[in-house]
Amino acid sequence: MGMATPKETQFHVLAVDDSLIDRMLIERLLKTSSFHGGILIADILGMCVEFTVTAVDSASKALNFLGLVEDMASEIHQDVDVNLIITDYCMPGMTGYDLLRKIKESKSLKDIPVVIMSSENVPSRINRCLEEGAEEFFLKPVQLSDVHKLKPHLMKSRVKEEQDQQPINNKRKIKEEFHSPDKTRVKCIS
Amino acid sequence: MDAGQMKRQWVDYIKSLFVEGFLDGQFLQLQQLQDENNPEFVVEVVSLFFEDSERLLKDLSFALEQKGVDFKKVDAHVHQLKGSSSSIGAQRVKNACIAFRNFCEEQNTDACLRCLQQVKQEYCLVKNKLETLIRLEQQIVAAGGSIPTMELSF
Repeated sequence: MGMATPKETQFHVLAVDDSLIDRMLIERLLKTSSFHGGILIADILGMCVEFTVTAVDSASKALNFLGLVEDMASEIHQDVDVNLIITDYCMPGMTGYDLLRKIKESKSLKDIPVVIMSSENVPSRINRCLEEGAEEFFLKPVQLSDVHKLKPHLMKSRVKEEQDQQPINNKRKIKEEFHSPDKTRVKCIS
Repeated sequence: MDAGQMKRQWVDYIKSLFVEGFLDGQFLQLQQLQDENNPEFVVEVVSLFFEDSERLLKDLSFALEQKGVDFKKVDAHVHQLKGSSSSIGAQRVKNACIAFRNFCEEQNTDACLRCLQQVKQEYCLVKNKLETLIRLEQQIVAAGGSIPTMELSF
């Protein structure tokens, strides 16, 4: 009657884990959790979040999916729409940490939030990942409550997407970006 | 037996599995992820766990039989088994794997063989228990009932 139905927002998550059981788990966890809540900025409409999940069994497959090719010089901006990458740390071949680094080194991918999962609680490992730019570090087995921690990171990336699409002639807007207290690095717009 | 009695039997059985340490909270998490749209989720994951474990146990036996044991490989297999048992809540298998890894580090073949026996034993036990539990669930559903939702309160 007077109630606005929650806007449905789709988030595409890329899950990377060599264990089939864990891939199944993370996919179910993401799909089962749905949350309502306001986004960071002014709009107070409830948002219903829906996840689509792509699960791969290795970091190299993840890089292929993201469009990063071996030779960094030929990196093309792919139209891959991934809003979050969640990866296991211990994997044969390239580790989750290596994957994290490659993503953060890539101009086109560095703003995608990355979450690391590990069955081992090693503080130095956790710190290293966070310092390299991982948003969160989840201890396995991952819980529903962990998935809820993803919300602010997803909302931030969605807001940033919308900002990037705005015309860049609004001086006030640029000022706001410089004063924003969050940790997103601000690009110099000339 | 009617669905109500079968449900009570199921509750008692699963409670005993928690009390005896065969399963931990993670198993409940699995059940929470099951719904009308994915009614077979727990069975699927548990079946995968059985397949995975049997393969890994075979690989472990093979690796430990070698003249020159590759402990890195053994450790990698145990790490995988530890991971999957942890993911489904098979607590005793997981704990046996943790102990196993310590001996891998020490490169102690005899101790590793003993650990392997231990892991195999725990795996057989939990496999049995889970199969019984799933059978009970199938009977409840066949009798028109639904599987109770559990919360760890004991």
